[in-house]
Amino acid sequence: MSNAFSFPRLIALLRKESIQILRDKLTLRIIILVPMIQLFLFGYAINSDPKHLPAGLLSIEDSKYTRTIAAALTNSGYYEIRVLRSETEAEEGLARGELMFVIETPPDFDRAVDRGERPSVLIDADATDPSAIGNAVAALDRVVADLDRDLPPIRQIAPPAPPFQFVLHARYNPEQLTVLNVVPGLICIVLLFSTLFVTTMAITKERERGTMENLLAMPVRPIEVMIAKIAPYVIIGYIQVSLILVAASLFFGLPIRGSVPLLLGALGFFIAGNLALGVTFSTISANQMQAVQLAQFTLMPSFILSGFMFPFRGMPVWAQWLGNLFPITHAMRIVRALLLKGVGWSEIAPEIWPMALFAVVVIAFATLAYRETLD
Amino acid sequence: MSEAAIDVRGLRKRFGGLQVVEGLDLTVAEGEICGFLGANGSGKTTTIRMLCGLLKPDGGEGHCLGHDILREPHAIRRQVGYMTQRFSLYEDLTVAENLDFVARVYEMPNRREAVRRILDRMELGPRRDQLAGQLSGGWKQRLALAACVLHEPKLLLLDEPTAGVDAKARREFWDLIHDMAVEGLTTLVSTHYMDEAERCKRIVYLARGRIVVQGAAATVVAQSGLTAFEGSGDDVDRVAVALRHSPGVEAAAVFGRALRVASLDREALKRAIETRGGALVWREVEPRLDDVFIHMLSVQGKGG
Repeated sequence: MSNAFSFPRLIALLRKESIQILRDKLTLRIIILVPMIQLFLFGYAINSDPKHLPAGLLSIEDSKYTRTIAAALTNSGYYEIRVLRSETEAEEGLARGELMFVIETPPDFDRAVDRGERPSVLIDADATDPSAIGNAVAALDRVVADLDRDLPPIRQIAPPAPPFQFVLHARYNPEQLTVLNVVPGLICIVLLFSTLFVTTMAITKERERGTMENLLAMPVRPIEVMIAKIAPYVIIGYIQVSLILVAASLFFGLPIRGSVPLLLGALGFFIAGNLALGVTFSTISANQMQAVQLAQFTLMPSFILSGFMFPFRGMPVWAQWLGNLFPITHAMRIVRALLLKGVGWSEIAPEIWPMALFAVVVIAFATLAYRETLD
Repeated sequence: MSEAAIDVRGLRKRFGGLQVVEGLDLTVAEGEICGFLGANGSGKTTTIRMLCGLLKPDGGEGHCLGHDILREPHAIRRQVGYMTQRFSLYEDLTVAENLDFVARVYEMPNRREAVRRILDRMELGPRRDQLAGQLSGGWKQRLALAACVLHEPKLLLLDEPTAGVDAKARREFWDLIHDMAVEGLTTLVSTHYMDEAERCKRIVYLARGRIVVQGAAATVVAQSGLTAFEGSGDDVDRVAVALRHSPGVEAAAVFGRALRVASLDREALKRAIETRGGALVWREVEPRLDDVFIHMLSVQGKGG
């Protein structure tokens, strides 16, 4: 019997799907344009090295060194200093979120410094978001060095020379630009959105429009339906990837140091895995609403556990293990490695097979879950 | 045995707590047009879906076009044309694209020619580039028929194909089915229309998942044991209301200035007409198929 896979039937289904996709102009426009809009929106919006943080200066008397500290903090770029008149103003400012820092110098500060008493300067920082103030706090060390120049000569004791010094090379992103970290991750997130959701309607649409009954009555095989539902969107996925890459390199100065064909090839597994997951949700759901909800459940772990929002190595082992199940975790490493590090095939191969495995397992599951009867 | 296109015994299907089809035996000879009748929910659609492999029967056995209905649903699908109750082709594809899709899925060797022929036969040619979703009800139904006969099936399963279609389109639709029957196509068609039932060689009436009566229309009427009277006059509506609730009267229906009443109990019917028949002029008439079905529906409604 001709029950096995048939290529002509697959062609028939592919043609049908393609015509339907091309005819739905609005959806087509949305799935091509929205990723671009998201890339621009988030690419410019996300910054993990915030500068010009509002800081209040609380000083009882007019003090030379306090002024020096204020100037040095302003010059670091991380602080926007304004002078406070009272403790209450400082407390309220911190509580309301109008101030991120309050810098308080003790009474008789100048004299204490000149005498070498090593007085304490209290810095109250709003640590509700530690990562927001991290770099600003790190900049404080340099301020102390600045103050050193203003000291009377007698106090300007040269610090003892350390036995060795660290030299940091910030490789792949020497200027440590957030954008170079965020945009490659964003490419994956945007792709995840546009590929996971388009196929959630694949099977449910047939069911909701009543066309499923006819499709089931015809001699098509589940695997043919699955491939036909996924394949056209792989092409659309590649259109999105190309547009995003061009935009990322033109507007965000993202370098593409690795091989572009290798990048596209590797992302193919990512795109296919997402599309397959969408089809699976669509297969097991009664309607599109359900399928979309199922897809949404996978979004949060994709954001949180993939290393997009928080450093992957900061997570406990079990969370890393969980994160590694998601194709996006591997896709993100591949995109960062190929764009920024310019590595080759052998470096990214360990990231490719988990994505390929994911896609195969998910398609197999969808094919098994696809019921050939209306039961 | 080999003569029968459909030959199933003891077909059963249950949905949740509801036994929809219960021990159904059905034989349809090759080339026959078999009408499938019964109230909504009597199990017509479920039976048709089980015959073409869209539903798995809970029990029963049999063959459809010589293939085992339980073990060879795929083989049956290739040779059956199934027209669903609800339009189930792609509304965002044109007439020609829908037919081309079907022809490709069935891997027809002479695809283009087959599509062109069916477009001509169903007079769909001028509408070939129209989106299926923009067709009117009658044309949609024609397209659906075209799609299910395109791959030259040996058996047509039509589930209320003419529901919501105007009289002319229905007439033309049935002419097409008769033409195809002449060519040897077996058809099982469910319907609620009596004129359509009368055009079938044989009718099968279903109630609660069982066959209640079957046979040629004339046989079904003769075997019903019904007596029918027709009264004519001006006051038919009022008399109809009075008679409808009289004991022994199972159906009273008004047709213009005539009122038809029917019953299994001849004497009770006569008594009812004498007492509540009003000023109408009464005469006994031959019962018709619709009298039989209204009778069966009302028996069913009373829980019989």
